[in-house]
Amino acid sequence: MSILVIADHDNSTLKSATLNVVAAANAIGGEIVVLVAGENCGAAAEAASKVAGVSKVLVADNAAYGHQLAENLSLLVADLGKGYSHILSSAGTTGKDFMPRVAALLDVAQISDIIRVESADTFVRPFYAGNAIATVKSSDAIKVITVRSTGFDAVSAEGGSAAVEAVAEVKDAGVSSFVKAEMAKSDRPELTSASIVISGGRGMQNGDNFKMLEAIADKLGAAVGASRAAVDAGFVPNDMQVGQTGKIVAPNLYIAVGISGAIQHLAGMSGSKVIVAINKDEEAPIFQVADYGLVADLFEAVPELEKAL
Amino acid sequence: MKVLVAVKRVIDYNVKVRVKADNTGVDLTNVKMAMNPFCEIAVEEAVRLKEKGVATEIVVVSIGPKTSQEQIRTALALGADRGIQIETDEEVQSLDAAKLLKAVVDKEQPQLVILGKQSIDSDNNQTGQMLAALAGMGQGTFASEVVVDGDKVNVTREVDGGLVTVGLKLPAVVTTDLRLNEPRYASLPNIMKAKKKPLESVSPADLGVTLSPRLTTLKVEEPPKRAGGIKVGSVSELVEKLKNEAKVI
Repeated sequence: MSILVIADHDNSTLKSATLNVVAAANAIGGEIVVLVAGENCGAAAEAASKVAGVSKVLVADNAAYGHQLAENLSLLVADLGKGYSHILSSAGTTGKDFMPRVAALLDVAQISDIIRVESADTFVRPFYAGNAIATVKSSDAIKVITVRSTGFDAVSAEGGSAAVEAVAEVKDAGVSSFVKAEMAKSDRPELTSASIVISGGRGMQNGDNFKMLEAIADKLGAAVGASRAAVDAGFVPNDMQVGQTGKIVAPNLYIAVGISGAIQHLAGMSGSKVIVAINKDEEAPIFQVADYGLVADLFEAVPELEKAL
Repeated sequence: MKVLVAVKRVIDYNVKVRVKADNTGVDLTNVKMAMNPFCEIAVEEAVRLKEKGVATEIVVVSIGPKTSQEQIRTALALGADRGIQIETDEEVQSLDAAKLLKAVVDKEQPQLVILGKQSIDSDNNQTGQMLAALAGMGQGTFASEVVVDGDKVNVTREVDGGLVTVGLKLPAVVTTDLRLNEPRYASLPNIMKAKKKPLESVSPADLGVTLSPRLTTLKVEEPPKRAGGIKVGSVSELVEKLKNEAKVI
């Protein structure tokens, strides 16, 4: 068996989710080849060649792939992928964008968001917002899979010495173009890869109050998240949303502040190792999943917590 | 221009999901069903495009058993002009759904196809992208803004870490994210009017598609339960526990 892993990167750095996808490839077993498709992506390819367990890195360096446009990327991956038994990417927004196209072009199913590998053709994935877990078996010759990074412990970013090979092929579907990007600038870790996450809910009352959480995040090296209620109320942008319709996180420590614990939210964070809940409502469902619950007014408890750290 | 909107009948999002005791699936007997929330956003966007004079006709399509006509009628009550039901009692996986929708696209020749980014039952997030690939169209997935401009559409997408805007040649596929719009409710007069709007029913065979599921579900289980923990009395006790007991800070 041979597995093609599509790297998650921003041309200059390899995103850590790639290390979790390689771990999933290891669980399937077989030769692991990583494709880095981008523009001026030599640095990301170099990083990929050092990842433990990778035997070869393919680099497709062209303006057509610079912004990870799904139309172009999927043509390339479907073409290169024909020789592999499995094609894997992370289940981030890039993977979710282009991988179904790859599957359709190859006339195979796509398996989304796997959290476990049972065998080379059988995988475990959550559905119904994580309220049910399915074990599914694929009858396709090529398995096209997106991997939920929290389901697999990352392999080491160091220790490998894979050969780097250029791919000359340029695929441009000619139907889409990049217009602009507005990325949130932050020195904090990304939500989905942070080892500590502190999230606020409707109880935060407004966006300004999230500064209290940011102060704690900066002390702990944590990412800041939010519940859907806080996003819907306009306190914070949607890319901070943790939950069924937002990001799925599984950090070592998750601190939920002013979050009641709707099923929607629990679906996105109940895989966390340790959960702390701070809420003034003793009956809030979040306390049923919290390892440590503190019934208190967050406007008193949060500043006190910041001082104590 | 003509807009095609695909909608799916799913378990109502307020219903607590129960896994069947024999682990074969999720129990859907006597459970309230509704239009998938992301599909409601897709219908709303199409209706707004019509109100702005950009769209001239909205065709709504749904795949599933006879009961899925209820969701088509809901879309008609919200402002769609006519409906197509692709009737089947079989399981329809994403690739087959995309093939069925591709056949409808070939027949109807819409300039824009709008779908929800995922359904809240299977959580696959695949059909729109697969349809776009099969039709050779560009796609704007996880859309938070859709601006049609002549023969192209600019779609702002919600991606990890921010927003990205792509420009697509029409015809194109758009899949909706939560912040695209806030769907309206259907008024009673519009619900009555919707009953008279045309609704055509076709079979997969009529569209020249043979369903061929590639994935077999071996079992469905409940997620592992988290045991509740303890209540702490103060912030200092919390910090002490996190440092010395959980050892996470």
